[in-house]
Amino acid sequence: MLNRDLVIIGGGSAGMAAAVKAHELGVKDILILEKNNYLGGILNQCIHNGFGLHEFKEELTGPEFMTRFSDQVNALGIEYRLNSNVINVSNDKVVTYSNKEEGVVEVKAKAIILTAGCYERNAGAIQIAGDRPSGIYTAGQAQLYLNCYGYLVGKKVFILGSGDIGLIMARRMTLEGAKVLGVAELMPYSAGLNRNIVQCLQDFNIPLYLSHTVKEVKGKKHLEKVVIAKVDDHMKFIPGTEMEFDVDTLLLSVGLIPNVDLFNELPLSFSKTRGAKVNQAMETEIPGIFSAGNVLHVHDLVDYVVSEAKEAAIGAKLYLDGKLTHKGHKYDVIPGNGVGYVVPQVVYIDDASDSISFKFRVAHPFKDVNIYIKDGETVLKKIFKPAIIPSEMEIVNIPKANFTRETNTISVYVEEKK
Amino acid sequence: MIRELICITCPRGCHLKVDENLNVTGNFCPRGAAYAKAELTHPVRTLTSTVVIKSNLDNRVPVKSNNPLPKELIAKAMEEINKVRLSAPVHIGDVAIKNIFDTGVDIVVTKNVLE
Repeated sequence: MLNRDLVIIGGGSAGMAAAVKAHELGVKDILILEKNNYLGGILNQCIHNGFGLHEFKEELTGPEFMTRFSDQVNALGIEYRLNSNVINVSNDKVVTYSNKEEGVVEVKAKAIILTAGCYERNAGAIQIAGDRPSGIYTAGQAQLYLNCYGYLVGKKVFILGSGDIGLIMARRMTLEGAKVLGVAELMPYSAGLNRNIVQCLQDFNIPLYLSHTVKEVKGKKHLEKVVIAKVDDHMKFIPGTEMEFDVDTLLLSVGLIPNVDLFNELPLSFSKTRGAKVNQAMETEIPGIFSAGNVLHVHDLVDYVVSEAKEAAIGAKLYLDGKLTHKGHKYDVIPGNGVGYVVPQVVYIDDASDSISFKFRVAHPFKDVNIYIKDGETVLKKIFKPAIIPSEMEIVNIPKANFTRETNTISVYVEEKK
Repeated sequence: MIRELICITCPRGCHLKVDENLNVTGNFCPRGAAYAKAELTHPVRTLTSTVVIKSNLDNRVPVKSNNPLPKELIAKAMEEINKVRLSAPVHIGDVAIKNIFDTGVDIVVTKNVLE
């Protein structure tokens, strides 16, 4: 059996950022395990720009961003294995992986960071009514085919779901000569960033149908038609609102789910994000096992993935030094009115370094509201928001010294106007 | 008349208001003001795409315009990009098309493909 101080599962942006940060902090005995034949994860197919404005203070494409990190991993001599699939993670931190050269290998880790990313909800997950023709893809699949293999999956396209990948693909397929007939979004607001509505849809006059979803797909062998219809407040179809589109392709951009399969056998509980519950150090309920990036909760920006991965690396370093005691004052973090989720779910205030970052999303859009972060009845932070939407994650840092240690609850909530 | 825009410079997506004298409010940073002025006078966009590459690893290598292009040139630029044929090795920053349509903008490679 191999032994390593730190094993990082997944060599995408989160895994590489965690490795580089841990190395900087003095953890040198690191192994990154990556299932693909390159380091960089999903950024390899995200050829559009807009990455890195926080991390590098410049606007990069996905491949450029991932290369910044893979160059650092290589320059620091951090060990990694490509084409290596992790099969199991045990309670006592034995990681089992396999690849062609080594066969099945066990590594005993002192600490583990899971940075396995997320996966797309697919056609099966949303149970579309109608035929079962070919021509239905997730947006990320179509993106991989087009950007990495040079294969345009269709010429007449409809997109279900207004997630960012779907919006990005609407533009990308239009530029490559496809006709994108529209985007339907079940909710009355977009799931994607506002900037992508502007530069991916409005720039190309692609209509966005809010409160609409696909009612039926038709096609004997290949997709021929999609029928969409409007839904009411209870998500029921409104009769007479049907619209039919002649298409050969339906792209699905209907949500991303943390890829926590490796955690399923472990005695862990999970939060509303579908990622593992973590404390202020991004540590799960098993001491020494950490989680960060899209496997913890789905982020809008890779820059935020990177900063969270660095928090996990700092946590791993503290753990390896015996400084994550789980003693002293403990808070539970509770999402209140109007808040969908908050990460972390637990704070051991005495284990924290100088400040604690709370990441959260609202449950639905609000205008002109105050958001409170409270320690019992003490206001730790009050933020005014002229407009806030679920697709934009908020990050608030609060200095350790500001916590009262008199209560056991941190609440985050939206105060609505009366 | 006040025009309302959403800034696309970064993912923050500020809600901008611009008056007839091109005074911009609602921007978090100076780039928002510059974006609003350009958008209402001569809009530009950074273009990203891929070009064909001969390589043992990939069929396509990603490229971008190293500066924003006038919006009306985007479709024509795609035609030029689709004519390019590269061979590995290529590196980030290698020029695929020099000074496209005399704009002073280059189309450059955004990924290392080494073999």
